[in-house]
Order: sequence, then C-alpha cells, then structure tokens
Amino acid sequence: MPAISIAKAPQPASTNPAQIRNFCIIAHIDHGKSTLADRMLQITEVVEARLMRAQYLDRMDIERERGITIKSQAVRLPWKSGIDGQEYILNMIDTPGHVDFTYEVSRSLAACEGAVLLVDCAQGIEAQTLANLYLAMENNLTIIPVLNKIDLPNAQPDKFAAELAGLIGCKVEDVLRVSGKTGDGVAELLDQIVALIPAPVGDADAPARALIFDSVYDAYRGVVTYVRVVDGHLSPREQIQMFSTGVKHEALEIGVISPEPLPSKGLGVGEVGYLITGVKDVRQSRVGDTVTSFTRPTKEALGGYKDPKPMVFSGLFPLDGADFPVLRDALEKLQLNDAALVYEPESSAALGFGFRCGFLGLLHMEIVRERLEREAKLNLISTAPNVVYQVTMEDGKVVTVTNPSEFPDGKVNKVEEPIVKATVLAPSEFIGTIMELCQDRRGEMLGMDYISEDRVEIRYTLPLAEIVFDFFDQLKSRTRGYASLDYEEIGDKEGNLVKVDILLQGEAVDAFSAVVHRDKAYSYGVMMTGKLRELIPRQQFEVPIQAAIGSRIIARESIRAIRKDVLAKCYGGDISRKRKLLEKQKEGKKRMKMVGRVEVPQEAFVAALATDADIEKIKAARKLEN
Amino acid sequence: MLSFYVHIPYCVRRCGYCDFNTYTPSELQDGATLEIVSRDYIDAVLLELEDAPTEVVPTIFFGGGTPSLIPPHDLGRVITAIRNRNGLTDDCEITLEANPDSVTQEKLNGYIAAGFNRISFGMQSNQEHVLKVLDRTHNPENVRKAVDMARAAGFGSISVDLIYGAPGESLSDWASTVKEALSLDIDHISAYALIVEEGTKLAAQIKRGELTMPDDDLMADMYLLVDQQCLQKGLKWYELSNWSKPDHQCRHNIAYWKSKNWWGLGPGAHSHIDQKRFWNVKHPNAYKEKVFGGISPIKDSEILTDDQKKSEYIMLAIRMPEGVRKSALSVAQYERTMEYIKSGHVIDRPDSIALTPQGRLIADRLTQEMLA
Repeated sequence: MPAISIAKAPQPASTNPAQIRNFCIIAHIDHGKSTLADRMLQITEVVEARLMRAQYLDRMDIERERGITIKSQAVRLPWKSGIDGQEYILNMIDTPGHVDFTYEVSRSLAACEGAVLLVDCAQGIEAQTLANLYLAMENNLTIIPVLNKIDLPNAQPDKFAAELAGLIGCKVEDVLRVSGKTGDGVAELLDQIVALIPAPVGDADAPARALIFDSVYDAYRGVVTYVRVVDGHLSPREQIQMFSTGVKHEALEIGVISPEPLPSKGLGVGEVGYLITGVKDVRQSRVGDTVTSFTRPTKEALGGYKDPKPMVFSGLFPLDGADFPVLRDALEKLQLNDAALVYEPESSAALGFGFRCGFLGLLHMEIVRERLEREAKLNLISTAPNVVYQVTMEDGKVVTVTNPSEFPDGKVNKVEEPIVKATVLAPSEFIGTIMELCQDRRGEMLGMDYISEDRVEIRYTLPLAEIVFDFFDQLKSRTRGYASLDYEEIGDKEGNLVKVDILLQGEAVDAFSAVVHRDKAYSYGVMMTGKLRELIPRQQFEVPIQAAIGSRIIARESIRAIRKDVLAKCYGGDISRKRKLLEKQKEGKKRMKMVGRVEVPQEAFVAALATDADIEKIKAARKLEN
Repeated sequence: MLSFYVHIPYCVRRCGYCDFNTYTPSELQDGATLEIVSRDYIDAVLLELEDAPTEVVPTIFFGGGTPSLIPPHDLGRVITAIRNRNGLTDDCEITLEANPDSVTQEKLNGYIAAGFNRISFGMQSNQEHVLKVLDRTHNPENVRKAVDMARAAGFGSISVDLIYGAPGESLSDWASTVKEALSLDIDHISAYALIVEEGTKLAAQIKRGELTMPDDDLMADMYLLVDQQCLQKGLKWYELSNWSKPDHQCRHNIAYWKSKNWWGLGPGAHSHIDQKRFWNVKHPNAYKEKVFGGISPIKDSEILTDDQKKSEYIMLAIRMPEGVRKSALSVAQYERTMEYIKSGHVIDRPDSIALTPQGRLIADRLTQEMLA
C-alpha cells in the first residue's frame, strides 16, 4: 500500500527537501480538479474514509467564507512511491482558475516545481488553461499532461492527447489518462509526480526567504498567510519581517494543511505551509511578497513581486440609499480578504451615494459584487464598467480618468487606453465569426495556430474597454459556448476616444457618461437616449433627451408631456384603496431622483444600466418583497 | 344623516373588464338560478340593517352587480325597512343601477312604486365592436327604449354610464357614443376611462397580446371630447367623471366625495362613519352565513388618523369644481402646485385651487404631488 500514516510520515520542519515534491493542478473550472483532489486525499489516506465527502477542499472553502474554517490552499500529502518504494511529501498547491488573477496564478506557480495539466478528454484544453500552461512553462515548471474523465462515454482521449502533446512538446504516450471519478490512474499519477517533478533546492543555512502565494482573512485567526520556504527556516514565536513593507510581525503559529490545519515546529527548505501573525488585513501580507527573519533578514527578495493594479472600474450603489453604511462596512470587510480591491466614496446625482471600485477585471468585479450582495444582503446597482484612461491635455497636463463623468473638459491632445493581448480557443468552424467580432471591437490580429486538426488558437490585441463591454457574452453566444477567452494587459495605446454625455433637459446625467470610440459614439447615443425615452415616465412638460460630445448634440429623443393618468370611477369602497395607493406612491416618490426639474424613478436608472442578468435579479428581489 | 349603499352581488354573466364584487348564479352554486341564490339575500341585508345607526337618510344607492335583476318588490322591502327604521328626508334620492336589457315598462313602474326616483343605465358604448370587447350583452338600441320607459314610469333623474378607451375604439367611435347618449332623455352622464384590472379576462387578453390598450393621448382626447359635448348640452362637470344638468348631480356619490357618513349593506360593502372606515366580508355565501349566524359581517376596519383624513380630503376635493380649500393645504403642498399653476393645469383662486380640463386629466398625479 503506497499511503503512509501521517504519524510515521516525514514531519514538517524536518523533511529532507529531496523527499519533497511541490505541484499544482492547472485545469479549467469544470474539468474535474476537485474530484481528482478528492481521490488524492483518499488514496494518500490523509482523510479517513468515513470522513470523506465529495469536493472536500471546496466545501472547506465555503466554510471559510462563513469564517469558520481555514481554506486548504496547500495540502500536504505523504506518499510512498510505487516505483522506488521511498517515502515522499507531496504538496498540492491550489491555483485560482480565473482570468483576472493571472498574477496570483503566477505566484502559486512560483511556489511549485511542477504542474499537472489536467484536461477534460471530452472537451479539450480551454483558453485560460492554455494561458496558465504558458505561464507554468515560462516559470520552467515540469508539466505532467493528464487527461481526466476517461470514463465518460464521449471521451476522445486520443484526439486530446495529441493536442496536449503538440502544445507542450511531449510524446502522445506520455499523456497520462485518469478518472477522478473512479480513481483509475491516480496512484500512477502520484508516482509520476514523484518521478518527474524535481525536488526543491534551497540553502538551509541562508537567511530565511519564503514566498507568499496566498493570504486569506479568517474571522477567528486573522490573516492566514500561505508560504513556500525557499531558503532557511521559519519557526513559531520567531520575529518575521515582510520584505516589501519592512513591517515586523511575530509568527504566532506555523503549520501545514493536512487537510485540516496542523501546527508544526516550523517549515524548512522546500516546505509549504501556513503562518499566522495576528494581523487583520491581507494587505499587510501581500501575495508575492517575501517573508524573512527579522533578526537575520535576507538582503534579496524573491523575484516577481507586484502591487495589484485595478484595471476595471465601476460605481457600486445601494438600491436603497439607506444601505450606504452597510455597503461601506461590507467593502471594508471584503478588503481584509482581497488585496486587489480598491474603492473610494462616490456620489452620483442619479444614483446617490456609493463607491467607485477598482477591480482586476470583469470576473473579479462580478465576484466582489456577488459577495457583497450575498453576504451583506445588499441590492446593488453598478454603473457600466470602464477602464482607466490617460488623458493628455494640450497644455501637457496628464489626467488619469477612472470615472467617465470626470473626463476633463477643454482641449484634449490625446487619450490613451489599456490594450490587452487576447487569446481565443475555439473549434475552427468559428474562425470567421470570431474574427468578425474582434474586428468590430477594434481588434488587431496577431496570429492564429491550429492546436489540433479542428481547433484553433486566435490571438488579437484589443482595447480592454471593448472586452469589458459584453465581449465575452458575445463570444459565447456566437460560438454556441465553444470558444474560451484569456487576455493579459500589454500596455496603453492612443485611441480616437470621446466622452459621450447623456443630457436630460439639458443636464448631464453622470451615471450615463461614457468614453467610447468616436465611430461608436453615435450608436451609443442613439441606444441610450432610446432606452431612457422608454424608461422615464412622462412629466407634465416635454423632456428632451440628448446625447452629446462636448457641446455637439449627436442624438436626440423626447419624452412627450403627460396628458392623462387614471380617470377611474371613485366609489365608496375605492376611497381607502386610493388613499393607500397614494401612501405607497409617496414612499415610491422618495426613491425618485431629480435631474433638474425631471423626476426620474430610480428603477429607470437601474434598468438603463442593468444587464439582462441584473434585471432578472431585480425582478426576483421584487417578488420576494411582495 | 346617514346614506345607505345596498350591494346586489349578482350578474347574469360577468363582463370581461369587471373586477367588482359580483357573481353569476352558477359561480355561487352549481346549476343554480338567480332565484335560488338570491332567495334569502334581501333577508340577510335586512338583518344587517339592524346594526346601522338610526339617523335620517338623504340618499340610498342600489349598486352591484346588477340590482335590476332583483324584482321591485324585493328591493322595495329594503327601502321600506330603512324608511320605517331611520326615516327618509323629503327629497331623499334613491338610485337604481340598471342593465338596459333587464328592464320592462312593468318592472320600471314597479321600482317607482317601491320608492325609487333615480336610475342609472349601463350604456357603456353604442358601438357593437366596443361592446363586444367589453363583453357586454346588451343591444345598443335597447338603451333608448329603456331610458324612455324609465321616463314614462316617472323617474325624475336618469343617468347613463359610459366607458371609453376600450381596445380598438377610435375617437370617432367615442364621438358617436357621446352624441347618442346626449340625444337621450337623460339628466346625467358618468364617463369612465377603461381601467384594466389584474385578474380580469381583459387583462389576460392584453397580456397575451390579443388586444392592445389605446395610448394615453387618445384617452385624453376622448375625455376632452365628452367634457365639451356635455357642456354644449347643458351638462356641467361636478366630478372628474360625472356631468349633470343643474340639480341632477348624484347626491349619493357626492356624499362619498365629501366624506359624509354612509353605511354599506351587503358583501364587500364599505361604510364610513365619522373617523372610521369598515367593510364586510366579500363573498355572498360567507356574508349570509355570518349574518344568519348572528355574527357581524364586518371583515376589517380602520380608524383614520388626522393626516389620513387630510389626505383623503385633498384627494377627493380636487376631483370637484370647488377644488381644495387653501386653508387645508400646507405651505409646502401649495408650493408644489405652483408648477402646475404655471403650466395651466391648476386654477389659483383666492381661497382655493381647482383643476382646469387639462388638470383633470392628470388629477392623480397632482394629488400625488401635493401629498408628497
């Protein structure tokens, strides 16, 4: 039996690096990573059979969100190789699977010597997986290609084995085949991890250097920092120091995850585990930073540290203005756990008080919004996401714009916007439609490669602003869901961009201002004025709705003055009903916003800004209220 | 003084737009006739009457449902009981709501004998396609006959009810209806905009896209048309949807709008006594069960706060030509009407504000604005 009991296995702080293998699993979201991890926990017997349950590590994740348990970011698995009969310690390091978290992924990869590339053999590789694979290859990780779900009736292992072999440059026979569901091939995979992935190398006598690859806020323990020791040694009760900030902490507890947290006597070269210092804010324990000893600090940090940089901005406003303090508290709490989230208060004439928030990307934005709504039970409205613009004025002054309504007036010399390199993987039948979409979004083609006989990788540069505007939805719908997308920022570029304002009775409505390409300004104006004409109730006077670039009107609609409202019978029994209706409308009136003399129900703003998914959510919430 | 409303919750069939508290015999009892379901109804009403105050009565209004389905003798029992118990004023107005199809000269004579002196016919339209959309059964020609028979019987005040803005109704359809109505020997017109009520057959037809409601501008034109035509024929507006010759206003309805005291008899009927509004259980069977079981049929009640009374005053007074007394408006409320005075929706008089024809069209919005 290749498993070793934990008590007999090599102990943390005294494990020979030669016995250690650090690896991660690179996989797309539904390609079976959790199920494979379950089998690994089971086969290595770190979880007793009677305690085993499906998606073991994921469940802990949910519990962690509720503030109960620490997330298993890096599980220590003892394993006796079936090849050489020796005992080993395998550290399985989790990687975030999201396009917005490339930097976090890169730090997780930096903590490993090898990666298991896990691909569903009914679906083939996805763009984000491919991007992470390239990242792993750049980090010089040993890649073990694995096809999962070989038990599926529609599996095409031969086709996708060839695809993987082509991508990483190995032989088709080297691609392992497993089933996370049945456990087939999992023991062989663990043996291959031992055989193929190099042991970590480090200087045990050098000053301590450990890489932070994740840090998580726990309501009971404070920040739990996940580290990979490169050189030296970390011990409990020792004074440690964060290299980037120089701030000193005491390591209150050090341990490994197995898969419950297990305090240890420390961590040595090549080992992976957690440390708790009692700090309450993840920004004091940043991913990518180097932990060193305070008494004997290293002179050289581990490479690759970056400050997280928000790329996408959006205003978040509570639907009910009274919820503003709740939103503030919820953002504060969320920031403890999300070093990449930035926000500052913002007030909008249309939407009231809220926050302008910066996110790593669209997905990060969605996650944050969903958590705010779910955990703080808030109903939120968000303005259309925008990117950061660098506006150079004719006098040479440069203004950074994160909110289109703050786009400077006056003579603009040039506007620069962030550009990304986007990679789309799709069946080759969709090449035409994908190129059409990218072209329409101001894309420039970089190249195209067949990764197997009927699947292509298409590369474009695109303005990020075009991607944040429903690009992904369009891509999915035009390719019947088959295409996958990944992108990374490659810098700023000048664009022919203008700010379009939407005016109600001559007054600009801040929430609807947008920075768009000059060629699209007209269609944006027509779309928005048309939408608002439908949504704003008629007033006792005519209300013009205009779209304008500066003082030039590019689109115009008008809401005709109201002529009549209800002229119904008013019999005896109606009086209470009518009065109650008026009382209810009075409440509704509080939710009206005045734009100049025009009374606009908040619902109109919400509907004008909302995506279809938002509208569904709002409807559902209404239903609950009624 | 105490007015009485008597609810007759029966109809031969239900019209597609109607959400009133009324039932067809077969809805109440499988295979039953009107005679069977309504047999002891008047007994129940007379029992409930015993709970009401005994003040003298200036108006009685039989509404429904279709009160004219009930024989004169049975309705007469209610009038007699009220007369004997409370006494009627000399000029007591006693109104019958009637379907033009369900009256004969003999029946109308009977109602006069029972004490009625005012009748209101549900005419709705003279256009067959409009009546069909409204799901009405009567033949438009019967209205003229019914009005003439009522006059012959001795009704001193005759009214017709009209509805405008049905799906498919044009302005000229409506002009024809109004012209026809004003050519009748009548003293009073009520004209209501069609309101689509949740849960009616009409609402379902609109939801399914089978019918389309006319737009608000057409409805506004229809209102202005009936207002002008009435004025030309000497009928002046005395409430948003009501026009009459001098001294032919419906005093019963005015009692509602002036928050006088009234008692509603019958299922679902509402009452208003001083600061209190209360209402009966809705279903005729539940109503009878309570009343015959010696239990009050009152379902629920509310005591009006002073603020609510003020709101009701503004909401109701604005519907009439006298308008709202300025002394009843706060400074803020008056200020909020300034914009409407400027835009020609509201007339600013020394002691009151009132609506212009344009203002009447948006009375609800104005009320909402003033009460905000």
